[in-house]
Amino acid sequence: MTDGSGQPQGSKRKYWSTIWAILYFLVEDCLFVLFKNKKEGKILKFKQWEGFNSGNWCEEINVRDFIMSNYTPYYGDSSFLKGPTERTMRLMDKLNTLLKAEREKGVLDIDTETVSSLTHYKAGYLDKDREIIVGLQTDSPLKRGLNPFGGIRMVRRACEAYGYKVSDKVENEFQYRTTHNDGVFRVYTDEMKRARHAGVITGLPDAYGRGRIIGDYRRVALYGVDFLIREKQRDKERIGKRLMDTDNIRLCEELFQQINFLNKLKEMAALYGIDISEPAGNAKEAFQWLYFGYLGAIKEQNGAAMSLGRVSTFLDIYINRDIERGILTEEEAQEITDDFVIKLRMARQLRTPEYNELFAGDPLWITESIGGMALNGETLVTKTSFRFLQTLYNLGPAPEPNLTILWSKDLPDNFKRFCAKVSADTASIQYENDDLMRKDFGDDYGIACCVSAMKIGKQMQYFGARCNLPKLMLLALNGGRDENDGSQVGPESEVYEGDYLDFDEVKKRFDSYRKWLCSLYVNTMNVIHYMHDKYNYEKLQMALHDSEVERLMAFGIAGLSVVTDSFSAIKYAKVRPIRNKEGLITDFEIEGDYPKFGNDDDRVDGIAVNLLKETYEELKKTPAYRNARHTLSVLTITSNVVYGKKTGSTPDGRKKGEPFAPGANPMHSREQNGALAALNSIAKLPYEYCKDGISNTFTITPSALGNSADNRILNLVLIIDGYFLKNAHHINVNVLNRDTLIDAMNNPDKYPNLTIRVSGYAVNFHKLSLEQQKEVISRTFHETM
Amino acid sequence: MEGYIHSYQTLGGADGPGVRFVVFMQGCPLRCIYCHNPDTWEFGKGFKADPKEVFEKIKRYTSYFGDRGGVTISGGEPLAQGRFVKELLKLCRENEINTAIDTSGTIIDEHTEEILENLDVCLLDIKFCDNEIYEKHTGASLSRVLEFLDFLDKRGIDTWIRQVIVPGINDSREDMDLLCSLVKGKNCVKKIELLPFRKLCVEKYEEMGVEFPLKDTPEASGKMIVELQRYVDGGIMSSAVK
Repeated sequence: MTDGSGQPQGSKRKYWSTIWAILYFLVEDCLFVLFKNKKEGKILKFKQWEGFNSGNWCEEINVRDFIMSNYTPYYGDSSFLKGPTERTMRLMDKLNTLLKAEREKGVLDIDTETVSSLTHYKAGYLDKDREIIVGLQTDSPLKRGLNPFGGIRMVRRACEAYGYKVSDKVENEFQYRTTHNDGVFRVYTDEMKRARHAGVITGLPDAYGRGRIIGDYRRVALYGVDFLIREKQRDKERIGKRLMDTDNIRLCEELFQQINFLNKLKEMAALYGIDISEPAGNAKEAFQWLYFGYLGAIKEQNGAAMSLGRVSTFLDIYINRDIERGILTEEEAQEITDDFVIKLRMARQLRTPEYNELFAGDPLWITESIGGMALNGETLVTKTSFRFLQTLYNLGPAPEPNLTILWSKDLPDNFKRFCAKVSADTASIQYENDDLMRKDFGDDYGIACCVSAMKIGKQMQYFGARCNLPKLMLLALNGGRDENDGSQVGPESEVYEGDYLDFDEVKKRFDSYRKWLCSLYVNTMNVIHYMHDKYNYEKLQMALHDSEVERLMAFGIAGLSVVTDSFSAIKYAKVRPIRNKEGLITDFEIEGDYPKFGNDDDRVDGIAVNLLKETYEELKKTPAYRNARHTLSVLTITSNVVYGKKTGSTPDGRKKGEPFAPGANPMHSREQNGALAALNSIAKLPYEYCKDGISNTFTITPSALGNSADNRILNLVLIIDGYFLKNAHHINVNVLNRDTLIDAMNNPDKYPNLTIRVSGYAVNFHKLSLEQQKEVISRTFHETM
Repeated sequence: MEGYIHSYQTLGGADGPGVRFVVFMQGCPLRCIYCHNPDTWEFGKGFKADPKEVFEKIKRYTSYFGDRGGVTISGGEPLAQGRFVKELLKLCRENEINTAIDTSGTIIDEHTEEILENLDVCLLDIKFCDNEIYEKHTGASLSRVLEFLDFLDKRGIDTWIRQVIVPGINDSREDMDLLCSLVKGKNCVKKIELLPFRKLCVEKYEEMGVEFPLKDTPEASGKMIVELQRYVDGGIMSSAVK
């Protein structure tokens, strides 16, 4: 406490300065407005908290405690839900017109003059008079911004792809600035570059934001920004007292930046005429404050996956309080939810065509995790869980936000049935096994991107895309040489000799090359994440985390079913390698039959299980940057098509260039024993070694699921229950006819909103390239006999 | 003791209540004019398995059954391999797995008693409602089917009656009246399901070199089925125990 006055001169002055000091002290302490909490007679810091049950959350940042103390579980059915209001429909009409124009052009517009950040754009509106929740990424709806902090090259290419050019202004601003991409390529070794080029590891976030970080946006609503700043300041002071080693120095600087950006967040809100210094006082404010938090994050960062977290149960508390106070109707509550979701659906990032091949459909993975169970056994399903799903009806199906149901066998039946109905009607949602994840992640985790769990505000992920196991197998057979162009990618050795592939020999080679690859993969990731922390640190998102977080380094695998079936073919049939002129193995001939993954056959399924376990163990041998914990996923997004293109013919019979199956799916048309046999195979994959997630995309025709809408719903619930009882992790559900997709491919205008689930997320079918559409159509559709 | 099996369907969504594991038996004595699985007709083909083997497979899917789902034995004609079928049903029953068969009801033999003893649900095809027409279009006898239905009723086994509707043969309201009259008074009948005649199977017939008797008959429209189903549900079934 400074008194700000000059040197004391005499006892009278001293007396008055003491009085001033005391008054100042009192006033500063009374900056918090004091009101009594009727229930417990406790003094609350904010009038906006009146009506809430107090708890630890009042003294420290503890959103989970707030939720546990205040939420209302809901066991009823969906009959309370309301449709869209007139206002919402008019707003959607306006948005749909813009979306149509955007579809035709690819992007609606790009602001090439401005570097994206929280306060660099003036306020923009979709419809100023009608909107309830405000805030756009740039100053105009669907206009995309430039974010060169991840890498300026990608930004230039993306602009050019759509006929735009980065302005001289921005080029100048970045002339002397090192981007994340610059940093990474300063250090990448030739070996790393070769592996990338060959497609053994791809999709790495080395040219754009890494994403996979979920800020706890709820904190903005619950506490207001000033409280959050004060807490960060306290943390910085505390940590500043420690030994100033590299880690602590870095952390202190990060905290400085976090505080800086919390202030910018307030400025950003002020541009829209809104003061978010203090907590939200009602439902509309809660949605708005929370949205501002998310909006700030996507203005600052252009990471691939910018997920929302687990907000629905939190927001339900505010809605309930308003309804109880008589200041909100159900129709209005749904309307705010609809408006919030409209905003989320408008989020855009500027991407290159190559990026769109890997991650088709303009996804942001604004994943909202709905439902789940609390640790005390009570469900976390609330009426707002229903309200979020209702937006798929009120606004039409769409891939964003990526609505993800945290499923437990103990979820209320009414909710389970509603989810199944939504799946059958919209093919827009996915399910993940809460009973499985709760063990490790507790009851306040969210899903980042598609399948990757993490505790909100307490853990962060270092995203690592995926490595190409089938390609690795070919490299192993070819002495480290790329089967496509003969170049040396891996360690040199002899090309496999012999007329037939011997399982033990091939396995030995594969293991040896995998050792090399895993070490390379971890080292590559270490470079990427060191540089991202250094040159493109997520200041706002991390400001919405605890100051000391746990780090998870997320590795991935593509082509699991291809490499599994390849090993199975080698073991149970006879595989003859066919060599080209240069002596490289470029094709295979299979004599006899072999068991294939996806048929509930332990002989081949066991191979997949071992592959995952061994790969995980191998990755762990190389220490990860900043003491991160290694995790592994079986997830491809649409990169299964890209990876397939870069990989030659494989021993399972797959021909050169053909796509892999997505995620953990069995290869197309190899599932011969029906839908549940395929599910049984995938359920065997051990989550224990794949805590970054195991993705399964399941497509079934309506008639195979049941012969009436009611039966289809009941059966879908049974299938999900049964699948998760076997400790499976994730399922995307499409209830569709192949003919519908073929028709949509040929007549896009007939189905403008056709949304389907692909590996781990949903896409508007038309945003897929023709090649990607064909791949989806070629996938297994479980049909009636 | 083994049976001849055509195939398994691990997810049967329309083969009885809930999610079901379906065993399609190989071999059928009937030759129904609209049969869409002619590859299940011939006895002695397919693959051999004993009830225990099949049961081991079924056990892997019990987590999907919930409290309504289970096993359905279809085919072909399950009653034609009575010994195998009764053993499999027994194994399921002993392990509290819900059992069902999808049958024409045209075989009654020394195994029937035990089959019914271990049966929870019967999907019974009453293919046509007139003796002569039945014999003409299937090669078997309607009276046997009605006898079988009697057995089901005496034991109170939940029965779902099914009939494939073929335009020009049994697609009128009078035909539905006839069907309902056959079923009248049988309390075990819980529902009547009308299925549309479809010609997806034409390829299979061509492969087998067999003439498809109804190749010139049009498929039944969805609209027709919905109307007839409504008529049937509104009449006799509205007063039946659901």
